[in-house]
Amino acid sequence: MIEVKDIHKSFGDSEILKGISTIFEKGKTNLVIGQSGSGKTVFIKCLLGLFVPEEGTIEYDGKAYSKLSSDERSDLRAEMGMVFQGSALFDSMTIAENVKFPLRMFTKQSKSEMNDRVDFVLKRVNLSDAHNKMPSEASGGMQKRAAIARAIVNKPKYLFCDEPNSGLDPRTATVIDNLIQEITEEYDITTVINSHDMNSVMEIGQKIVFLKDGIKEWEGSNKNIFKTDNEAVTNFVYSSDLFKRVQKMYIEEDQ
Amino acid sequence: MSYLHNIGAYFLMIKEMFRKPTKWSEMRRLIFKDIDDLIIGSLGIVAFISFFVGGVVTIQTALNISNPLIPKSLVGFATRQSVVLEFAPTFISIIMAGKVGSFITSSIGTMRVTEQIDALEVMGINAINYLVFPKFIALMLYPFVISIAMFLGILGGMAACVYGGFSSVDDYITGVQMDFTPFHMTYAFIKTIVFAFLLATIPSYHGFYMRGGALEVGKASTTSFVWTSVMIILLNYILTQMLLS
Repeated sequence: MIEVKDIHKSFGDSEILKGISTIFEKGKTNLVIGQSGSGKTVFIKCLLGLFVPEEGTIEYDGKAYSKLSSDERSDLRAEMGMVFQGSALFDSMTIAENVKFPLRMFTKQSKSEMNDRVDFVLKRVNLSDAHNKMPSEASGGMQKRAAIARAIVNKPKYLFCDEPNSGLDPRTATVIDNLIQEITEEYDITTVINSHDMNSVMEIGQKIVFLKDGIKEWEGSNKNIFKTDNEAVTNFVYSSDLFKRVQKMYIEEDQ
Repeated sequence: MSYLHNIGAYFLMIKEMFRKPTKWSEMRRLIFKDIDDLIIGSLGIVAFISFFVGGVVTIQTALNISNPLIPKSLVGFATRQSVVLEFAPTFISIIMAGKVGSFITSSIGTMRVTEQIDALEVMGINAINYLVFPKFIALMLYPFVISIAMFLGILGGMAACVYGGFSSVDDYITGVQMDFTPFHMTYAFIKTIVFAFLLATIPSYHGFYMRGGALEVGKASTTSFVWTSVMIILLNYILTQMLLS
């Protein structure tokens, strides 16, 4: 579980996060949504420890990040997996080497143990035949799946995904969403996903935090986001024609 | 103010480079890769330039000696002094600032742009140690490159001298061996080590702390070349003043 308590983050005179508090539970897919520029990426980078908030605390299973020593922070980071928006695979390594990288760095496993684990994880994300491909030879969807494999190979306790299906076609995006949800439930980990994709919200939004201008405007689940009367949320959710029709359907159902 | 900030950040990066080392098995792999990229990969261009510039130095020296009282062996002596004291350590280092320096800046800068450095940091890896330290160790073999540059510069001078008909091989070799001062080699290699340190760290700094996209990677490479060259020229003067005068 990750507990965020009143975090503030500024860059120069510009305050990006203005006191956000929330709880991300274990075994659930937690979505942070909001328009571009709402502070989602800064928020997730604070959760990852890449940015240090000026005020507030972030607790990982009761341990406040700001109170940890440098070594304890490194140990905690080794328990985190991250899927970056652009996948961030190391382009000098093959996909299998990318996935093996955290094992090489943080475990004392033998070569055969590492290879077995890499095979297992790549199979899990349906990339069994991509071991020797370079990232530049892989499609966007394959790169995302490889990034997920690298994030989960060392059995993390916390998984973070920054817009994992941006730039993907709707079918591949759904595959990625489902994969993240399955992995979250299978490994019982705390997953936080940054997204502005309403399909993801519908598919896997077990808990949703809506950010607007650095403030937590609303939180709930995909079951009640369509019924909220929060104006900012409804403007965001019903900005596309498809979801306007969904709204109409809900209203008709209620009547 | 920006200059002061950059100088401070540069020294903090150097401090960080020695902190929290990467696992040795991985570091060894990175060092060998960087030796291959930065040292072995530079030998061809260094050999080519050294051989021909050595030849040019010899021809120009020979053409400027018109007095028959000056011995022909002076051509070899002047070539050796030019190549060992200045051409090989300094001129080659400026060429390396272009070749190796822009390679380092653009490769680290691209990793920054594509969030690969963030990925390392999220995993709890000291990204500066992981990326910069192997380059620093690899470039400690830079004196090996400069030794080859010295040898080929003098050899190129000999070829130009003999085939240009300026003096005989014996005269040239006599000149090369004339009044040899071992400290000049020490001076040349002290400069080489200092320049190797600059070649590893200044381009790494510009790559690691760049912000933006592909265009900024190009700009960072150019800036890194300019600053590495400026620092090489400046420290060349300071070290020469300290060690030779």
